[in-house]
Amino acid sequence: MFVLSLLLVALLWELYKLLGPQDGGSLFGWKILPRGNDRAMPHVWDMLARYAEPERRGFDKPIIVVVLQGAWFTFRLALVGFAMGTVVGLGLAVLMARFKVIERGLLPYLVVSQTVPLIALAPLVVSWGGKLHIGGFEWPRWLSAAVLGAFLAFFPVAVATLRGLTSTPPASLELMDSYAASWRQTLFKVRFPAAVPSMIPGLRLAATASVIGVVVAEISTGLAGGVGRLIIEYAREATADPAKVYTAVFAAALLGLVMTGLVVLFDLVLMRNRPRENPA
Amino acid sequence: MSAVEIRGLSKSFAAGRSDAVDALADVDLTIEPGEFVSLIGPSGCGKSTALRLIGNLLEPTAGEVLVNGKPARQARLDQDYGISFQQAGLFDWRSVAQNIELPLELKGWDKKARRARALEVLDLVNLPEFADHLPWQLSGGMQQRVAIARALAVHPPLLLMDEPFGALDEMTRERMQDELLRICGETSTTVVFVTHSIPEAVYLSTRVVVMSPRPGRIRTVVDVGLGSDRGVETREAVAFFEKVTEVREALRGIGAFEEAGAEVVDR
Repeated sequence: MFVLSLLLVALLWELYKLLGPQDGGSLFGWKILPRGNDRAMPHVWDMLARYAEPERRGFDKPIIVVVLQGAWFTFRLALVGFAMGTVVGLGLAVLMARFKVIERGLLPYLVVSQTVPLIALAPLVVSWGGKLHIGGFEWPRWLSAAVLGAFLAFFPVAVATLRGLTSTPPASLELMDSYAASWRQTLFKVRFPAAVPSMIPGLRLAATASVIGVVVAEISTGLAGGVGRLIIEYAREATADPAKVYTAVFAAALLGLVMTGLVVLFDLVLMRNRPRENPA
Repeated sequence: MSAVEIRGLSKSFAAGRSDAVDALADVDLTIEPGEFVSLIGPSGCGKSTALRLIGNLLEPTAGEVLVNGKPARQARLDQDYGISFQQAGLFDWRSVAQNIELPLELKGWDKKARRARALEVLDLVNLPEFADHLPWQLSGGMQQRVAIARALAVHPPLLLMDEPFGALDEMTRERMQDELLRICGETSTTVVFVTHSIPEAVYLSTRVVVMSPRPGRIRTVVDVGLGSDRGVETREAVAFFEKVTEVREALRGIGAFEEAGAEVVDR
């Protein structure tokens, strides 16, 4: 199914190149239609062929190796960001579920935090790199990128988990009450397991968000080594080598898919015993 | 010592506000060990509220509840009762045996003892081969049996049941009633049973408590006296129908069969 839709997108792309205006189209004076020429929209096969060629003349490594190395670098950062975001999100959700006051006081700020543009925040967090020393620990530059990933990731986790933790069936809570169970026992034995189905979509969003956060952090701060840096580098060469930038863009997209795949795996493990109405 | 002793029990929801509801007003009731007492009445008569007050899932506005001679709160902390609801309320992520083990787990029993006890009560409810099944693989009646097994896991002297068979079909329901009577006989458990069904109340109980709504009060208590050995013959006996009629008349006396103007949510 997925492969089929990919093919369909490729087909549409080529179709537009065939039929669309070569120099872009104007509608009521607005330039809205993209240019269909080879420079703006390279052929799909050109992009694929580009993977086999070296990054630049004189290099012997094909670009696919470079891009995959960059993707692997970004993937590790995104994973760290995802993990941090999940931990923070879960912690906040538990706090908000436990104390209504905290929910009322904190939730609006969490929402506001997500409206701060990442690009604006990135230089600030990155400036901690090399400057911040906590105990004997020196803040490495890559950690800043991971933190920005976490910054985007924690929110969906917190919101989805809070929703899950507070929508436990009242009868289940009454039952735990009748067992004289503590709040903690109820949290781990009932609230969390019952929240899993609502948490999964949040985790899925967080997984892709952490990739976006890290890639944007790389782009806006020029952190070397990752796929974000490759995207801006290659974009500068777009006039001479239009297919090149797409190799890195696809790698970033693949990254998001792999991260989501991790969550699906997670889902399968956690939900293995449950009845399934609509399999993912 | 009585199994349950209720004195001057009142419960108001949202007390002092304009939308206050007097769910229960000045109720006295004493239940002796080994008794099976049903609470019956129209919606809003406070029967479920009374059950939750006995279980200390709600705090009374006034009055006192003693379970096994202890204040209700202490009885709950000591897990002196087991409870089951209309919805079996089993946890999807736990196997049947693990569901039954939950109250024992919370009490700190070790794994082996828990498992052994779970198998014991599963035997009691006639589901020995379903220990490792998942709840959603079971029929409604079987799920309800597991819920009863779970309620019995801690050997409680008292069982509180809130319309446990309300969602079952008639045939399953009658079979479950017989099962419940057998289980109570074998374990000499005291039961407080909330129901909407007159024949169910009469068939199961030693006493049927008829309640009236707004505010919830006890109208009459019908002594059933059909003996302890009940079965198909009991359901078809004249004495049984006489008692059903007696309960029905008592309910008619409080206007339970007339359509209520404003329906109050039964809590």
